[in-house]
Amino acid sequence: MRYSGFRVIKEALLGQKGWRPLWRDPEPQPRYDYVIVGGGGHGLATAYYLAKTFQKSRIAVLEKGWLGSGNIGRNTTIIRSNYLLPGNEPFYEFSMKLWENLEQETNFNSMVSQRGIINLIHTDAQRDAYRRRGNAMLFAGADAQLLSPNELREMVPFLNYDNARFPIKGGLFQRRAGTARHDGVAWGYARGADMRGVDIIQNCEVTGMRIEGGKVLGVETSRGYIAAGKVGVAVAGSSSRVMSMAGMRLPVESHVLQAFVSEGLKPVIPGVITFGAGHFYVSQSDKGGLVFGGDIDGYNSYAQRGNLPVVEDVLEGGMALMPMIGRARLLRSWGGIMDMSMDGSPIIDRTSVDGLYFNGGWCYGGFKATPASGFAFAHLLATDRPHETATAYRLDRFARGYLIDEKGVGAQPNLH
Amino acid sequence: MLIPHPLLGLRDAQEFTYLGDASLLNRPDASSPDAAVAFFDYVYLRDNPAGVHRELWFHEQGDRSWLIVTRNTLTHEILNAELACESAVKSEVLA
Repeated sequence: MRYSGFRVIKEALLGQKGWRPLWRDPEPQPRYDYVIVGGGGHGLATAYYLAKTFQKSRIAVLEKGWLGSGNIGRNTTIIRSNYLLPGNEPFYEFSMKLWENLEQETNFNSMVSQRGIINLIHTDAQRDAYRRRGNAMLFAGADAQLLSPNELREMVPFLNYDNARFPIKGGLFQRRAGTARHDGVAWGYARGADMRGVDIIQNCEVTGMRIEGGKVLGVETSRGYIAAGKVGVAVAGSSSRVMSMAGMRLPVESHVLQAFVSEGLKPVIPGVITFGAGHFYVSQSDKGGLVFGGDIDGYNSYAQRGNLPVVEDVLEGGMALMPMIGRARLLRSWGGIMDMSMDGSPIIDRTSVDGLYFNGGWCYGGFKATPASGFAFAHLLATDRPHETATAYRLDRFARGYLIDEKGVGAQPNLH
Repeated sequence: MLIPHPLLGLRDAQEFTYLGDASLLNRPDASSPDAAVAFFDYVYLRDNPAGVHRELWFHEQGDRSWLIVTRNTLTHEILNAELACESAVKSEVLA
C-alpha cells in the first residue's frame, strides 16, 4: 500500500475503509539470520536498511514493549548536524542527508521540517568557538552561518538580548537543521521493514543470551528461545542491562533527561533555539506546543521521570532567554533514560563475543542520529566492517585512548 | 530527593554534587603490573545497575563531606547514607 495525495482523496470518498495496519504481528520463528534487539528508532532503522540497502533476509526485531515505546517517543524531535569533532560531524551530516530524503525513502510522512537551529553566543570566546565549529561543519559538507546580533534580532526578536549575565551577541545558525515527527520516524521505518519481510515482534523481552565458545547462538526471550546468526543490540537507555546478559560491562551510565511541552500556541518560534549557557533549548511543534528541555538530572536513573529541581532550572533558563514564555502554561513533562557514555559519543561496533554487535551510548543525541545509526549498524551487521562515517565509534576506543570528547569534560557522564 | 545525612539529617539533594558509583573509592594500585587494565576498568566501565546502587555524593553546599548513598535507580528511593570516610576505614579494617 503506497501513500499519496490521490490515495487520501480516494479513501475520503470511500469512507476511509481501505486503510490497513502498517505492519504484521507475526509469531516469532525459531531461527533468524539477524536478530535486532530493540524496536525503537535505531533498531527499526537498522532492520529497514539491512533488508533494503543490504538485501538481507530472515530478520527479526524484538521489542519488549510496544514498537517505539522508548526514547523515540520521548525526545524533543530535533535533527541537526552541528558537531565539531572529525569522528562525529561526518556521521551526523550523513544522518542529516538521510533525513532530507527520509519521506521519499520510506513513503511515510515523517514531517521533516528544516526550520533551522540557532546556538546562541554570549561572549567573544564563544563566538570564536562557534566560528571554529561552523568551519568544521562546512568542511564535512554541512551548512553553517554565523549570525550577527542584528541578523539574529530580525529572526528572533523576542529574546532577552540585554540579559545582564548572558547578553546575546549572535548565533551559529544551521539552516538545514530542524525537527521531525518522532513517532512517524519509527512507524515509517517499521512499515518499510515489514514490507520487506522483517518480522517485528512486540511484547518479546530478551531475558538472556545463549553464548557458547565465544559465539552467540541466539537469545532467550519471554516468548521462547530464538536462534540467531547475528544479534544486534540497539536498546540505548537499557544497554548495560542487556549487555550484562552477555557478561559485559559498558562505558555507560544510565541517566534521566526531562522534556516539557506547553499548551498549543500560534506560530511564534521559527526554528530551534539553544541557550547552552542557561541550560535551555526550545522549538515549536506543528501542533503549536513549545517543546523544550535542558540538562540531564545528573544521577544514575532508570526511572523515566526526573525531579523538580531540574524542572525549576529549565524553566528559569526559559524565563531568562525569552520572558514571554512565562505566559504559556506547561502542559506535560516527561523523562527518558539516556545511555550516557564516558566521552559523550556513541558506540557502533562488534563486541568480544562473535556474532554479537552493539549500538548505544547515544547520550541525549540519539534521535537526530536515527537514520545514520540504522544505516551504519546495518552496514556493520551485513559486512562486518564499520560504515565510513562511523569508524570512530569503536567500543575499544576508551582502552586505546581515542575518545571523542565533544565537550572536553572527560569520563564524567553527567557532565556531557 | 532528600538525602539523610548522618550528621545533618535530611538534606535536599540539590546541596550535593554527584560523582557516580561508590566503587570509585577503590582506586587501583598504580604500581601493579596490570595497572593499565585496572585503570581502564576503574575509569571507564560501570555496572550501571537498574535497582540498588551505591554512589558518591559530595555535600558541596553543606559540610563538604563525601557520602555513600544507597539509592534505587528504578524508583529514586534513598535507602541509606553514610560518610564515605567511615566506610573507607571500615573496608580497610575488613581487608
